[in-house]
Amino acid sequence: MSWLGYAYFYICAAVAIGGAITTVAARNPIRGAMGLLTMILSVAGLFLALHAQFLAAIQVIVYAGAIVVLFLFVIMLLGPSATSPRDQRDLVARSIGASLFGLVFALAGVFVGRTLHPVTMLEPSSDFGGIDAFGRSLFADALVPFELSSALLVVAVVGALAVARGRQGENALKEYRNTEAPADAGNRESGTIRLVATESSPLAGEVGGVTRP
Amino acid sequence: MTVDHYILLSAILFTIGGIGFLSRRNVLVALMSLEVMLNAVNLALVAFNRAQAGALSQSSFSGGTAHTGQVFAFFVIAVEAAEVAVGLAIVLSLFRIKRTVRSDEADLLKN
Repeated sequence: MSWLGYAYFYICAAVAIGGAITTVAARNPIRGAMGLLTMILSVAGLFLALHAQFLAAIQVIVYAGAIVVLFLFVIMLLGPSATSPRDQRDLVARSIGASLFGLVFALAGVFVGRTLHPVTMLEPSSDFGGIDAFGRSLFADALVPFELSSALLVVAVVGALAVARGRQGENALKEYRNTEAPADAGNRESGTIRLVATESSPLAGEVGGVTRP
Repeated sequence: MTVDHYILLSAILFTIGGIGFLSRRNVLVALMSLEVMLNAVNLALVAFNRAQAGALSQSSFSGGTAHTGQVFAFFVIAVEAAEVAVGLAIVLSLFRIKRTVRSDEADLLKN
């Protein structure tokens, strides 16, 4: 039975590493998002093997269901410009930075690995990681952080709205004032109403509207 | 199955994500690399918690099983959702101003 656990772990680990490499290396961000989805699902599988059933469900719902979909929305909103063309600028600097990071981590792995001795995981109590026991722990030990996280999410949503909406309303008003104010001044004095034709108004020619300068 | 397997996998995933974050210029891909790194951290937290719970269940201490690592991972997921929402809003805002998603062209503060 033990080899089954090992096989499950190695399959999930290989899929997770493949997904992570796809995420990082794909030129098309859609492919990157699919790699991220693969990695998230296999990490959820590993959570199941680690007796974290509730977290596995959360992982699938929040990551795969919300975050990856949000990424896909933005990628499709940006269209082809989400794919940046291959460029060679700063390639040396970037690869030096990335390889330094990798090197430091490999060194840290070696040093930590020397001191480790394999810890066999004993079987926890049967309800460990289920929603019942997890909820007890969450609301007994971490009630205040839990409430604060709801405040964090509200702030994030409001901030995202404010940032994404931008100042387009203000700018449009400013543009309107800049272009229309001088022309309108004369008309208001003479008391006539002028039809301003825009390119999108089909009636402009028929009613003899004055074309905007 | 030992904890070391999971920690090693977590370190590999974290390194892949870090390399991607440092070497890619596409902001979307950089954000996704960040997701990979945070997932690696979650995996390490859950693995350590699993080892601790196994040890607790064998000991005479019967104060219930602590889910500290899993609760921590839960908060990491919540923070990450917030981070992605704000980050993608910033990406959209950058795209509206500069018509690009490349991080090296986001130099509005420079000139």
